[in-house]
Amino acid sequence: MLAVQQLEAGYGESVILRQVTLQVKPGQVVCLLGRNGVGKTTLMKSIMGVLKARRGTVTFKGNDLTKRPPGERAKKGIGYVPQGREIFPQLTVFENVLLGLEAAKGKKRHLAIPESAIAKFPVLPAMYDRRGGDLSGGQQQQLAFARALAAGPELLLLDEPCEGIQPSIVEDIRDVIRSIKSGGEMSILLAEQSLEFVKSVGDYFYIIEKGSIAWEGGLSDLNDEVIRHYLTV
Amino acid sequence: MDVVVLQLFNGISVSSILLLIALGLSITFGLMKVINMAHGELIMIGAYTAYVVQNLFTSYMPASLFGWYFVLAIPASFIVAFLFGLVLEMGLIRFLYGRPLDSLLATWGVGLMLQQIARSIFGAPNVGVTSPEWLNGGMTVLGDVVLPYKRLFILGLVLVCLFLMYVYIYRSHSGRRMRAVMQNREMAACLGISTRRVDAVTFAIGSGIAGIAGCALTLIGPIGPSIGTYYIVDAFMVVVLGGVGKLVGTVFGAVGIGLSNTLFEYWTTASLGKVLVFLCIVAFLQWKPSGLVAMRSRSLDN
Repeated sequence: MLAVQQLEAGYGESVILRQVTLQVKPGQVVCLLGRNGVGKTTLMKSIMGVLKARRGTVTFKGNDLTKRPPGERAKKGIGYVPQGREIFPQLTVFENVLLGLEAAKGKKRHLAIPESAIAKFPVLPAMYDRRGGDLSGGQQQQLAFARALAAGPELLLLDEPCEGIQPSIVEDIRDVIRSIKSGGEMSILLAEQSLEFVKSVGDYFYIIEKGSIAWEGGLSDLNDEVIRHYLTV
Repeated sequence: MDVVVLQLFNGISVSSILLLIALGLSITFGLMKVINMAHGELIMIGAYTAYVVQNLFTSYMPASLFGWYFVLAIPASFIVAFLFGLVLEMGLIRFLYGRPLDSLLATWGVGLMLQQIARSIFGAPNVGVTSPEWLNGGMTVLGDVVLPYKRLFILGLVLVCLFLMYVYIYRSHSGRRMRAVMQNREMAACLGISTRRVDAVTFAIGSGIAGIAGCALTLIGPIGPSIGTYYIVDAFMVVVLGGVGKLVGTVFGAVGIGLSNTLFEYWTTASLGKVLVFLCIVAFLQWKPSGLVAMRSRSLDN
């Protein structure tokens, strides 16, 4: 579904990612692990197109998207929940969710917000008239999720969705990811620090170190030795 | 009593003119943060469009229809200024986002060029636009206070523009996209919004409203190639005083400056009144640098 080949990307002069190759299969939850500053967010941004790739390719459903702008990638079916949530602060919650429909194809974008996007976040409709910037971090995270789900993406990029979020909402997010997974229609690429969290939802794991994939494997391969070697500080 | 009513009306009338010239700027400067020094020249373009429409009517239309030229001149001014704005954005402003000093210099240069072009086409002297018959005269209230129809018309025009802008920005699909792009460009792009198109259209709409302002200015005086330079400072003052990025702020800014200007001029003289208004604005901005209506939000602490 998503294939990243030999990707190289960075900011200005500095190169952050080197020769990153990974893939996400349909219906799979793939997790990116790694210590702070190894390039997880940079990789997410390059897949979304916010950062231009210096070398390598990003292919989604057989289409080469390497040179395409973020908007086109969104329309092709990639939903993005960025680190820091990036809610539009002066827009109402409702408007924020409506903007998620921009990526939906054709006439669908003028229809109402799909039930499926909101059903997972029952707290949102009660806050529709409040401004996005006035919500708490956890509420904003749920809003960012609903916004990304509104267009019905086939691949969801989740960049540290549990960062700085209270435990009960982390549980909600875990449930959402699980229900998406059991639906089987959406793949997820998840970057997350919490090992416990990714182990509970992930199918396949990549560990990044110094901008390259240092290890990859399934849940059973992710043993204590691997964790000690790559992830403990 | 008469004096109070008359001064109040004058104040409101000045406010409405200020608001009209500042509305376009509240979009290009307030929302897009582009310091567009050519805003005054877009006003000038609108004014000359009204002049051209008037001349076309005198040449090609029966005299009985002449009175209606102004109704056509308003949308024509908007469209012409809109197209100029579109070209300006796509040819120049687009490359200068996030570079305020460069865009200030470049748009100033564009302004000078537009002035010279107007001078070459229409000549350096001011030209007069004859107001339509139905706008002459005035409404008499309280016995002997006359409220000129022209001023009332401008007031009404401002209210209509304000209403349409409000509907566009806060109630329409494209307005929502516009606000999203102005608040978080990167994320808006990630959601599938074409930020380039939104930028171009937003700038063009701001320019088009400047064109309407120019069209309205033909009612209160002759127009010349440098008409824009008289208004650009006032327009920026209104937007900055009102608070950048909010339509309501621009309204308050215009009303504040308009009323105090009339008041001070009545108490003192025309030039001293202007000085006092400037002093008040400087003092106010020292006290509240973000203007009358500041954006407040958890995530806007920076």
